[in-house]
Amino acid sequence: MSMNTVKIKVNGRLIVKEIESRWLLSDFLRDKLGLTGTHVGCEHGVCGACTVLIDGEPVRSCLMLAVQADGLEVETVESLAEDDGSLHPIQKAFANNHALQCGFCTPGFLMSVKNFMEIHPDVPTDEEIREAISGNLCRCTGYSNIIKAVKEAYVLKC
Amino acid sequence: MKQFVGQNVKRKEDYRLLTGSGRFVADIRIENMVEAAILRSTYAHAKIKNIDLSQAKNYEGVLDVIIADDLEGNVKPFTEFVEFTLPPQLEADIKPTIKKNPEPMLAKDKVTFVGQAVAIVLAVDRYVAEDALALIKVEYEALPVVTDPFETIKDDAPVIHQELGNNIQSHFEVKVGDIDHAFKQANHILKTRITTPRVSGNPLETRGVIAEYEVRNQQLEVWTSTQVPYMVRSYLSKLVGLVEGNIRVVAPDVGGGFGPKCAVYPEEIIIPYLAMKYKRPVKWIEDRLEHMQSTRHSRDQVHDVEVAFKNDGTILGLKDQFLLDNGAHNSFALCCAYNSAAHLRGMYHIPNYNITGRIVLTNKTPNVPYRGAGRPEAVYVMDRIIYMIASKLNLDPVEVSMRNFVRPEHMPYDTGIFYRDGANMVLENGDYTESLKQAMKIVDYEEFRQQQEEARKKGKYIGIGFSSYIEGTGIGPFEGAVVKIDSTGHILVGVGSSPHGQSHETTFSQICADVFGVNPEQVTVRAGDTSLLPYGVGTFASRGAVTAGSAVQGASKQLKEKFIATAGVMLGVSSDVLEMHGGKVYFKNDPAKGVSLQEIAQASKPGPRCRVPKGIEPGASATYYFVPPTVTFSSGFHVAVVEVDKETGFVNILRYIVVHDCGRVINPKIVDGQIQGGVAQGIGGALYEEIIYDKNGQLITGTYMDYLIPTSMEIPNVEMGHQEYLSPHNPIGIKGVGEGGAISPPAAIANAVCDAMKPLNIEINTLPISPNKLRSLIEEAELQEVY
Repeated sequence: MSMNTVKIKVNGRLIVKEIESRWLLSDFLRDKLGLTGTHVGCEHGVCGACTVLIDGEPVRSCLMLAVQADGLEVETVESLAEDDGSLHPIQKAFANNHALQCGFCTPGFLMSVKNFMEIHPDVPTDEEIREAISGNLCRCTGYSNIIKAVKEAYVLKC
Repeated sequence: MKQFVGQNVKRKEDYRLLTGSGRFVADIRIENMVEAAILRSTYAHAKIKNIDLSQAKNYEGVLDVIIADDLEGNVKPFTEFVEFTLPPQLEADIKPTIKKNPEPMLAKDKVTFVGQAVAIVLAVDRYVAEDALALIKVEYEALPVVTDPFETIKDDAPVIHQELGNNIQSHFEVKVGDIDHAFKQANHILKTRITTPRVSGNPLETRGVIAEYEVRNQQLEVWTSTQVPYMVRSYLSKLVGLVEGNIRVVAPDVGGGFGPKCAVYPEEIIIPYLAMKYKRPVKWIEDRLEHMQSTRHSRDQVHDVEVAFKNDGTILGLKDQFLLDNGAHNSFALCCAYNSAAHLRGMYHIPNYNITGRIVLTNKTPNVPYRGAGRPEAVYVMDRIIYMIASKLNLDPVEVSMRNFVRPEHMPYDTGIFYRDGANMVLENGDYTESLKQAMKIVDYEEFRQQQEEARKKGKYIGIGFSSYIEGTGIGPFEGAVVKIDSTGHILVGVGSSPHGQSHETTFSQICADVFGVNPEQVTVRAGDTSLLPYGVGTFASRGAVTAGSAVQGASKQLKEKFIATAGVMLGVSSDVLEMHGGKVYFKNDPAKGVSLQEIAQASKPGPRCRVPKGIEPGASATYYFVPPTVTFSSGFHVAVVEVDKETGFVNILRYIVVHDCGRVINPKIVDGQIQGGVAQGIGGALYEEIIYDKNGQLITGTYMDYLIPTSMEIPNVEMGHQEYLSPHNPIGIKGVGEGGAISPPAAIANAVCDAMKPLNIEINTLPISPNKLRSLIEEAELQEVY
């Protein structure tokens, strides 16, 4: 198998590693870096559980090879909380609103919402939030508490 | 005294899940571990003529490739899950035929469904294991395939398991009253066929198993994404012939279950066996495509139903013959089928009832219970019938419902049949008329009817649909809890029921905290580990809070009494003068004087300083098993308000209302979350989800591009109303709530769509109500209008 050396900035830290060119970014993050917060739900780009931010943009890490992330900056769910363990406003809002049950899909939602809040600084309507999270599947919550949480995240951020 | 039961205590589970520090099976890594990949059958029904493993075994990085022959004599097949077999009194009453149909761990001479496991590769990583899978050559000889439940019961159908003689695996009949007499008395008889198709529970985390065998102490450790770790332990012991006490099964964080993870699967037996055989940790993580094929499906019932009723809408009798297409195997006895039979009359008083169920086998993935487990199918039948009666008599469906309800003055109401647990099926309390009125008030029924009329004038089709359900929840046989207080005064609770999103750690700490009069923060709840308690059952059938919650309360009360007694010895007084609250035992008449939980815990250690009263075992722990006398009945109403686009057949849900009774609510936010999430799955079944096989038994809906899980765009915010009729069957008064949300949406939405399209008199008796199906019905109805 052909091996490549990649230099990827992951959660602010530069990683230099040799990796088979066929390895998915999701597997690389989980198996080679131990960042198991990024979950793999469908491996065909529909469920959104594996969503990470690449140069700030949400990307399904199961549809991208690790070598394609060479030279780029990756943010995963592990980057959200502060160093002292205190939660990011989006995480707090999810906890306050019971926006997660089994929690498997949650990291993907958090990363999608982080990007949405950055590109959409004004408080959105419910419909805009629904659309923003429509690329992430949740089988437990029925979404309505996630929508409430996103609204509260805007309040907590201010 | 502040009570935490009933409060919105924040979830203890959330921090780790929000920060990516949860631990799901796939997150576990062990030194020297190999990864497994599974070759699955591409044929629905075929003989295996030959399997050539030579290339795969020689592939670099492969440890071994295993087929059925390698398991022969070492691993027995599944026969049936004894946990789900019938109690003797029920068996005597309905005299069922249930044929055992053993399921091999790996297909041996033939395959019976697409996705059945044929071979397992163990390799250094998943990538290499999948490379090797592609090198395995299986020679199949195709056999005739049967995928239709009516075809499979014909005399000339290909028989899937020769030893069964035919494809009818089970048969039973339930009779109440005098059905022939009822039909003779009727003004009207209505006959129809109502179908609930096959769906898949689809938890977002697929299945997965990791096993490690420690030679030093002969301990087998298994981590699996399951709802029933104790069942996995039991079958591992039985089928591989291991000492049960040497097996520890852990369900770590589990990413949703909903029923499909309530079965024990071949992989949960083989992977641990292979870890023992090769003395290396083995990991297998299912991918989504495997999940769609091989994780068990559910529903798939066809009911041929006849109902006899009077001119005023009073139902006199109901006859039903139904088929449950269980796919290639059934290990669950009559579970879903009998649930359907027991719940079909729901909250209606139908004194004459005759239902025959047949579980039939086809070349499809086996079925297991899924959220609702036979009840959504039954409710879909019953509530469509209510609407059809109303339509026939030109009455309001609400009026027909009201006319037939079991009334509060008839409670407790004996349904005249046994429940699946062998007890008389008795609806204990509740007021269904009042509940329906509450739902009508929330939706403003009168106002809606006016809006509907005006909308129709403008060519807009809006409709309203009701559905009701009852659900036997909190089934036994038992669930246990152990409560301990450590030397720091912290309370540790262990339960046998293992969670996958239900918030056990939060709700059970609330129950325990109330007993000791402490804050839930002082309580840690652990679950999902067979080393916590000797016996456990699991989380399914809306039973967690009822059974494990009651066990936590029982164990906490026992330990509290023991602590008060010990405090009596410490303080040199009779325990009658003491009470416990706020982490202390103190004098009733002098609250300033007392001892802390920490001090009592330290005085509970064996030895010369022990102050536990003589005759009582030293130690700061208590174990209690709650054995419910029978199930307890939750109930509710769902109301859907929809708009149908007549041109496209698209259904838009405008409002969705649930009024429900789940007895005592432990944590309102968590209960509401269960309802909202259940409704979302129900809406999936009503409008989007269907597992489809072609006539060759190939799965057509094998990806998330074809099997449509609802997104945030499809699920409305559910408006809720609550009733709280406490259960008389457990000390806290809880009724289960996990499944209720998922039971009624198909019926409520189908009724709403029929109501919207009333001018065209459309009948929807199958699911999902997809735009193409609805558009065809509209076209047919319009054509009939023309002629």
